[in-house]
Amino acid sequence: MSVFDGLKFRKVHSPVHDLDPRVKFIFVLSVFVIAILFDRLLPLIALFLVQVPFVVVARVRKEWARSLRGASFLAALIFLSNFLFAWWGANFKATPLMVESAVTLTLRFVVLVQSFSVFFLTTSPDHLGLALEQTRVPYEFAFAFTTAVRFVPVLAEEAQTIMDAQKARGLELEKGSVLKRIRNYVPVLIPLIVSAIRRSLELAEAMESRAWGATKKRTNLYVLELRKGDAVLLAFTIGLIVVSVYVRLYVQAPTVTQLLGL
Amino acid sequence: MIEAENVHFSYPNGIEAVKGVSLTVQDGEFVAIMGQNGAGKTTLVKHFNGLLKPTSGVVRVDGVETTKTTVASLARNVGFVFQNPDHQLFSETVEEEIAFALKNFGFERDVMQKRVDWALKLLGLEKYRKTSPFLLSGGERKRVALASVLAWDPKILILDEPTIGQDHEQKEKLRQFIIQMQTQKRTIIIVTHDVEFVAECNPRVVLMKEGKIIADGEGKNILTSAETLTDASIVLPQVAQVFQQLSNSTLPKNIIDIYEAKVLLCKALECKRR
Amino acid sequence: MPLVETKNLTYTYVGAVSPSIKNINIEVEKGEFVLVTGPSGCGKTTLCRCFNGLIPHFYQGTLNGEITVAGLKPTEQPTYDMAKHVGLVFQNPENQLFALSIEKDVAFGLENLGYPRAEIRRRIDWAMKLTGIYELREKSPHEVSGGQQQRVAIASVLAMQPEILVLDEPTSFLDPLSAERIFEVIRSLNKTLGLTVILVEHRLDLTAKYADRMILMDEGEVKLQGSPREVLSREEARLIGVGIPKATLLYQMLSKEGVKLDGPIPLSSDELATQLKEALERV
Repeated sequence: MSVFDGLKFRKVHSPVHDLDPRVKFIFVLSVFVIAILFDRLLPLIALFLVQVPFVVVARVRKEWARSLRGASFLAALIFLSNFLFAWWGANFKATPLMVESAVTLTLRFVVLVQSFSVFFLTTSPDHLGLALEQTRVPYEFAFAFTTAVRFVPVLAEEAQTIMDAQKARGLELEKGSVLKRIRNYVPVLIPLIVSAIRRSLELAEAMESRAWGATKKRTNLYVLELRKGDAVLLAFTIGLIVVSVYVRLYVQAPTVTQLLGL
Repeated sequence: MIEAENVHFSYPNGIEAVKGVSLTVQDGEFVAIMGQNGAGKTTLVKHFNGLLKPTSGVVRVDGVETTKTTVASLARNVGFVFQNPDHQLFSETVEEEIAFALKNFGFERDVMQKRVDWALKLLGLEKYRKTSPFLLSGGERKRVALASVLAWDPKILILDEPTIGQDHEQKEKLRQFIIQMQTQKRTIIIVTHDVEFVAECNPRVVLMKEGKIIADGEGKNILTSAETLTDASIVLPQVAQVFQQLSNSTLPKNIIDIYEAKVLLCKALECKRR
Repeated sequence: MPLVETKNLTYTYVGAVSPSIKNINIEVEKGEFVLVTGPSGCGKTTLCRCFNGLIPHFYQGTLNGEITVAGLKPTEQPTYDMAKHVGLVFQNPENQLFALSIEKDVAFGLENLGYPRAEIRRRIDWAMKLTGIYELREKSPHEVSGGQQQRVAIASVLAMQPEILVLDEPTSFLDPLSAERIFEVIRSLNKTLGLTVILVEHRLDLTAKYADRMILMDEGEVKLQGSPREVLSREEARLIGVGIPKATLLYQMLSKEGVKLDGPIPLSSDELATQLKEALERV
C-alpha cells in the first residue's frame, strides 16, 4: 500500500510542518485548480517543480517518492489509455503530439496526487483536527475526525488480536477459493464490529460524563494563529494563481513537440 | 512438551520483546508465567502455538519446530484462550460457537456433537445452548470462550490473563477448574499478574522482566522472595507480606498458603484448642 | 445534609425483566471515602451511573425513588450540568481518552464547558501535576501505559473540580502495582483536597484500608453498610462471596482457634503483622 504511505503523516520538525494547515490547504487546492487549467506540458512541468522545494524543506523525500511510485500504476494506465485512444482515432498513426498529449494528462494526474501527498505528509492529524475545529466546520465533524484518527492504531491492533484468536481455533485465512476466503473473514469481522460498537458506547458515556454538549460556544486549549511563514505562503499562492491565470489567458505556451522541432 | 531454546523475538517496528528465553514445559505441568505488563509474557506464549515465530532461536512443540508447521496444526494440541472473550465470539448460538473450532479441524459430525455436549456440561452452559453469546454476561462469555477451546480437547491449555475482570467467586471457580484440568493430565500455562490467584494455586512460576526470565521455580519460593518480586515489579501475596514482617521469629519465610499460615501461627502462638 | 442521598432507588434497564438495583438507601457525607463492592452483577455499576445522571438520561429505562447529589437532582439536571459536580471514571482506560494529546484530553471537559483558555491551561496543569502525569502531557494516549491512561482519565475529571469523584472498577485492567499507584492517587485526592470519593472495586486487599465506609451489595440490594472492619468481620460478607483480604481472613481463622490478638480486625498485612509480632513476643 505504498500510495497510502505517501499520505501518512511523518513526525518531523520543519518549517513546512509548522505552517497553518488552512493556508497549506489553500495552496494545495490552488495547485489542484491550476493543474486543471492547463493542458500544455510545459506549464505542468513547472507546476510539478514548484512543489519540489516544499518536499525537500519538509524532509519527506522518501515518503513522497513512495507515493509517486504508488501512483505510477494508475499513471501508466492513464497514459496508455489516452495514447491508445488517440492513436486508434488517428487510424493507427502515431505522432509526437499524441505522446505529448498523453504525457500531459498523466502529469496532471501526478501533480494532483503529489500535491495532496505533500499536504498530508506535513500536516499532523491533530493539526488537521484543530484546523477543522477553527473553520466553520461543526465541532461534531472535527471531533469525529480526530477520534477516528486516534483509534486507528487501536483498531488495527485489535484486528490483529482477533485474527490471532481465531487462528488459534483453527481458522485458516489463506486457504481455499476466493469465496471461502471471504467467508473466513466473518469470524474476524463480527468481533471487530461488535467491539467497535461497544467501544463507541463507552466513549459516548465518557463524553457525556465530561459535559459534552454543555454549551454551543465551545472553547479550545490550542488556537491556530497565522504567522510570518503562513503570510509568505499565502502571498506566494496568490502570486502563483495570478501568474497562472495570466499565462493561460495571454501566453501561448509552446508544446514540447514544437520546441524539439518534431 | 514445549521447548524454547534461546528464543529472541522482535516486532516489525524493531522492539525486541523476547531476549533469549530458554524454557521447557513438561507434559502435565502447571506453569504460571508472571511479570509486569510489557515484560514479554504474552509475546512468549504466542510462540507456543505458532502465532509468532522466533526471530532467532527455536521453539518445539512435541518435538516439532513451530517454524516447520502451521498455526492450525499446532492449535490441535495447544489450546489458547485469549484474554478478551469478545475477540472470539461471533456465532449465533453458544452451541455453534463451541463447534467452530471442531469444524475447522474437520471433526466428524457425531463426534462434534458429543464434544459440544461435553464442553457445555463441563462449564455449566447447557441452559445457554441455543442462546446468542452476545446476550450473556461477561463471566458467562468467558466460559463460552473457554468451552470453545476445550471442545477439541487440546493436551496443552494456555490461558492469557484469565482473572481480569473476574470477581472472587468466578476466580474461585476458575481455580477449581484448573485443578480439574490438571487431574486430567493436561499441561496448563497461565499468563497472569494476579499474585493472589497464583499463590492460591501454587504452580511452577516463571518470572519475566524486560523480555528475559529472571526466576523459574516453585511458586512458594519465588512468590516469597521479596527482592526478586520487586525486581520484576510484582507485589508479594498478602500472606507472604505478613510473614516477611515477622522476620525475627523462627517462622519460615516462604509461606503463601493461608491454611499453612494458620497452622504455623497456631503452633507458634500455642493456641488453646476449644 | 449529606452530599449524596438516595431513597428507595430502583432502576430497571430497557427490556430487562427485573430491576438492576432495588430500594437503595445510602448516604455519603462530604469528604468521605466510600468503598462499594459486591459480586459481578450486583448493581454497583448501575448505581455509579445514577450519580451523574447517565441513568436515566443516557440509558432511559425506569428509575424510581429519589436521588440527590450535591444538592441537585440528577433525574432533572442534564448530564452536562451534573458533570461539574460529579466526575465519573470508568473501567477501560483506553475508551475514555479521545484526543490526540494527553493535555487536550484533560482539557476536554473544560472546553465543553466553555472556559477561557487561560483558565483551562491553569486547571489542567494543576490536575496533571496532582495525578503525576504532567511530563506526559504532549504524548498520545495510545503511547502510555494503562495505569498512566487511568491517571489521565482521573485528571480530566479532576480539572472540572467536582465535589465527588466516582470510580467504577478503575483498576480492572491494570496489574497490582499500577493499581496500588492509582489508589494512592485517589487517597491523596481525598485527604488533601477533601474530595468525596465513591470507589467501586473488587480488590479489597488494596482498598479496604483506605475507606471510611464500605457498602456491600448483592443482587441489586445493599446488604451491609458500615466501616470496612465492621462489614468484613461479618459472616454475611464471606457468604456473599467478596474477596476478603487474606490478612482479615487469617485473623478470623486464628480467632476461631482461640488466638487473642491485640487490636481491631486488620485490613492489611501490615496491621496483622504488627498484631502478630506483639502476640509472639508475649508467648
